[in-house]
Amino acid sequence: MTDIASSAYVRQDLIAERPAPVRMTGFVGLMRTRLLNSPTNILITIVSALLLWFTIVPSVKFLFVDAVWTGTDRTACLPENAGFAVGACWPYIQAKLPQLIYGFYPEAERWRVDLTFVLATVLLVPMLVPRLPAKALNASLFFFAFPVVAFFLLHGGGITGFGLSWTAGLLQLFDDSIIGAGQVLLSLSKTSAIAPLLWALGSLIVLVGKAISWLIFPLTWLRDQLEGSGQSVWSDFAITTVVVSLIAFVVGGGLRTGWRALAWSIGTFAAIALVIKLMGLDHGGLPVVQTRLWGGLLVTLVVSVAGIVTSLPIGIALALGRRSTIPLIRIFSIAFIEFWRGVPLITVLFFATYMLPLFLPGNFTVDGLVRALIGIALFTGAYQAENVRGGLAAIPRGQGEAAAALGLSWWKTTSLIVLPQALRHVIPNLVNSFISLLKDTSLVSIVALFDLLGSLRASFADPKWSAPSTLFTGFAFAGIIYFLFCFGMSRYSLFVEHRLNAHRRN
Amino acid sequence: MKRVTLALTLALAAGLTAQAADAQTLKTVKDRGVLSCGVSQGLPGFSSPDDKGNWTGIDVDVCRAIAAAIFNDPTKVKFVPTSAKDRFTALQSGEIDVLSRNTTWTISRDTSLGANFTGVTYYDGQGFMVKKSLKVNSALELNSASVCVQTGTTTEQNLADYFKANNMKYEVIAFGTNDETVKAYEAGRCDVFTTDQSGLYANRLKLANPNDHMVLPEIISKEPLGPMVRHGDDQWFDIVKWTLFALVTTEELGITSKNVDEKAKMENPELKRVLGSDGNFGEQLGLTKDWVIRIVKATGNYGEVFDRNVGAGSPLGIARGLNNLWNKGGLQYAPPIR
Amino acid sequence: MSTEARKPPAQIALKIRRVLGGKTGWNGIVVQFVFAAILGWIGYEIVSNARANLENQHIAAGFGFLRNNAGFDVNQTLISYTGSDTFLRVFVVGLLNTLVVSVVGIVFATVLGFVVALCRLSPNWLLSRIGEIYVEIIRNLPLLFQILFWYLAVLAALPNPRQSISLLGIAFISNRGLVIPQPIGQAGLDPFLLVLGFGIVAVLALRIYARRALFQRGQMIRIWPYVLGLLFGLPLATMLLVGLPFTFELPQLKGFNFAGGSRIIPEFVALTLALSTYTAAFIAEIVRAGILSVHKGQMEAGASLGLSRGTTLRLIVVPQAMRVIVPPLTNQYLNLTKNSSLAVAIGYPDLVSVWAGTSLSQTGQAIEIIAMTMGVYLLISLLTSAIMSVYGWRVSRSLGA
Repeated sequence: MTDIASSAYVRQDLIAERPAPVRMTGFVGLMRTRLLNSPTNILITIVSALLLWFTIVPSVKFLFVDAVWTGTDRTACLPENAGFAVGACWPYIQAKLPQLIYGFYPEAERWRVDLTFVLATVLLVPMLVPRLPAKALNASLFFFAFPVVAFFLLHGGGITGFGLSWTAGLLQLFDDSIIGAGQVLLSLSKTSAIAPLLWALGSLIVLVGKAISWLIFPLTWLRDQLEGSGQSVWSDFAITTVVVSLIAFVVGGGLRTGWRALAWSIGTFAAIALVIKLMGLDHGGLPVVQTRLWGGLLVTLVVSVAGIVTSLPIGIALALGRRSTIPLIRIFSIAFIEFWRGVPLITVLFFATYMLPLFLPGNFTVDGLVRALIGIALFTGAYQAENVRGGLAAIPRGQGEAAAALGLSWWKTTSLIVLPQALRHVIPNLVNSFISLLKDTSLVSIVALFDLLGSLRASFADPKWSAPSTLFTGFAFAGIIYFLFCFGMSRYSLFVEHRLNAHRRN
Repeated sequence: MKRVTLALTLALAAGLTAQAADAQTLKTVKDRGVLSCGVSQGLPGFSSPDDKGNWTGIDVDVCRAIAAAIFNDPTKVKFVPTSAKDRFTALQSGEIDVLSRNTTWTISRDTSLGANFTGVTYYDGQGFMVKKSLKVNSALELNSASVCVQTGTTTEQNLADYFKANNMKYEVIAFGTNDETVKAYEAGRCDVFTTDQSGLYANRLKLANPNDHMVLPEIISKEPLGPMVRHGDDQWFDIVKWTLFALVTTEELGITSKNVDEKAKMENPELKRVLGSDGNFGEQLGLTKDWVIRIVKATGNYGEVFDRNVGAGSPLGIARGLNNLWNKGGLQYAPPIR
Repeated sequence: MSTEARKPPAQIALKIRRVLGGKTGWNGIVVQFVFAAILGWIGYEIVSNARANLENQHIAAGFGFLRNNAGFDVNQTLISYTGSDTFLRVFVVGLLNTLVVSVVGIVFATVLGFVVALCRLSPNWLLSRIGEIYVEIIRNLPLLFQILFWYLAVLAALPNPRQSISLLGIAFISNRGLVIPQPIGQAGLDPFLLVLGFGIVAVLALRIYARRALFQRGQMIRIWPYVLGLLFGLPLATMLLVGLPFTFELPQLKGFNFAGGSRIIPEFVALTLALSTYTAAFIAEIVRAGILSVHKGQMEAGASLGLSRGTTLRLIVVPQAMRVIVPPLTNQYLNLTKNSSLAVAIGYPDLVSVWAGTSLSQTGQAIEIIAMTMGVYLLISLLTSAIMSVYGWRVSRSLGA
């Protein structure tokens, strides 16, 4: 038996200890692996560091070190008075801050703007935190109730009627237009070669119009009666509540299952009544503040929020239309989407400002802000349609087929099965379009509305603050505001995307 | 037949829409209790708001005079700032009752816009402003200069005509708003800033150092500025027209806001006619007998209005020139009140 | 009892139903009818309102105004233009200005975008952070903000013409723009251009021939000496024979401005700068995503075939990445072209500025002018998407093969 240890092929002595492995983590590791691991990399690191040095240091110097913090007019920010090369001129921002936030909104009424901001935050934050409950209620409050309340808060004014008079008014307008079109045909038939045909068509249309006017006569009569009474808003409100609640009750399933719908409807109307009473809408409401006095951040936020709230339904309708099997609707949706996506927003705004008034009846003038909003809603709606379409395409066919197998109608399939899933898929995309919308609102300053950027430009023209550094100070301030909003939202969209794709990660 | 709106949904935003006034402008104004007057968005001396939103200027005083003649209260005016582009639409649509916004009287505007000029409140003309450091004394020395101008005005075409007629080259830089144009001029993007001469004086005040800039003597166009009203309401046209004439007549007769009460008591037949103790001219206009007294008390005569807003008593310091009375070498002339 | 096969239903009725009403059949036809009626009604309202309004404002509808004199000047024109030219010419001038700023912007944006993408992909930590900061900052600020910033900043930083910065005495920078010597054609210009054109065509033909030789016969032909000769040698020889093709006119300070030379106006510089830096941030993200989309194994497979790193990149990685990159890249090019309309904010005379701005307020022909402006942009974007769908079709075909 031989000793293994004495065998020639067995090592006799221990191997020397190897050095501990190089740290690959932490700052030192980072330096080793990602910054200084080769001569080229060292060079790149040095150049990059220099680049950062020459951008960050002057910025910090401009914003803080060399900045002027107090003063009452431009003299404080002139280098010859301050005694050094002046950086940011913060008193200028201080003096212009109300203008940058509210525009020319009357000072006594600014609490209304503040209140609107607070309301928006209170409604928005719980909606953005995924863990909190009651998303549906929250979303409907934000998308339906809030815009109306905000309108009456910011613009002021009251209402003279409610559901009944509005419905009656709309139907009457519609009816007048039908009769008008019929009469045009009739007058054409006097000179045309196909006179009998035109005459028949015209008479038919006029007849239809007459029939409609008899059909809606009870409504209009009731409205006129209400207008005569002293309490038109409240009586109208009561009638609308009863009618709508009854309809909800019947549609909800009558005596068997309709109670829930009835409760919801009455609850909603009670809330509306509370709002009307609180804001005094039935007797004139708050003093009216013309939109031309609005400005600054207020306009930026109003335009972007109104844009997103109005563009989403347009986008959903267009996306569904584009997937429709009915040829005319599909063709129309495609043409509509491609048209608005094919032109720059600025031409859309020009269109809304100069052409829209021509398309409306001569005795109607539409407020400049509303014109811009219409343009933005159509434009953004087309982009949202493509986002939503992406979401719809991501829903497996089986979902729709399963719904069909259960005997659900197209409307139910779409609204209960397909859309909820599709919309959840595209939340990041929707947030991204909201970011671009917020950035794009700056374009309204070209059609003479004063958003944040427009107010900033207007403030440059003030000779009281004309100093060498005011220009850059203003840009720095507005840039920081825009960046905070947009960057915050893009981080949020990343967060949602991460959450949605949680099951895909391994 | 009532014309129908396309955007039915807009009816909800009823607060944001306005119905056009019909021919009964005076009645509409009286019912509303306030005169709606279109002014510029901000041109010192003509119409500009201060920090608190109080408007001042010649154009503003014309509106106040009309309001005083109707309501005996010059504060019953709502000033609607209009841009160069939307001013005529605002008048046509009935959003405003009178457009008093340094608008040049031209034949095309008088005939094709569905509106009438009621007179001339200020005889203006296009001029040039340069930096004093350029050492230019005449517009004819501006060959090869860069010129800043606001688009969408007659200014741009006058400019092209003038340089072409004098065989000079130039570079035009056009901006959308007055403020942008001034800012570009101040930043040195161009050598010359051109607009109506009154506007030059007004804009000079917006510069950081007004004394470094001068207005050249040449006037290259005729720009009679005046208020406009809609076609089709002769009574309203008369009221606005004679309000202007009343301002000029009172200056001619030496009636001022301070001495109007004493003048009214004098036994001078002309004064009695003008100030309403003789004849019923005011009532024929649809106003009251003392309409001239109301106007003068509210705003003073034309001379006072001019001095206070653009003349010697204002930062602009523009000389009367063409805007002096006809018997003092100017063009302001009012038909007699008799 | 025999059962006979039932007759198939009448195909014609079914087909008509499908064509007219889609899958939903007769219901679909009814829906379409109602929809068409609503559209017709809206159209009728628009037309009748517009006619009534135009009549009120005494504006004659139609394109007759295109032949009227414009009466105003434009400060950058690629074709000759004076104030006494027609509105139609103003339209062309504006369109050309839009196109030139778009093309220049696209070139710079592409270069900068690729550079930033490479920075972001760089193994160097600091450099990739810088790329990331750039992208984040630029993407989260409004473009109009950036355009105004560049314009006002560029303008504020530059001296007036009399103190202009001279570059070697031949080019000058001031707040009136960059003035450079202008080439002026001489007698030798035509032959020079002719020879140059010939050279380019010949080089292309040579390349096609060489590739065919490589693919079909496996024969490598070295073509670069011929290419150099054709592109540089031949034109040089012509120049020696017939004389210089052009001389340069140097700019000189005269009165207020520089006379002679050609000038790049500051509005153009600011707009190009803003458009290309802004679009570059988006392009960088697209390029990065494209390169990351190519699987690492592709690179390794190339290496195992014995290809060098450069060749692998050129022949294997880039073509695959391009398939991902090109469609969104074209989208960005289109966006840049549309965004160039923001020129109106700084007075650069592009289509929107001189046409939908100045001409609109001079003539009041809102409908015609806005329709023409929108039509041009729409045409550009439809053309691009048509080209893109052809490209997509070709790519999918080559993938299927």
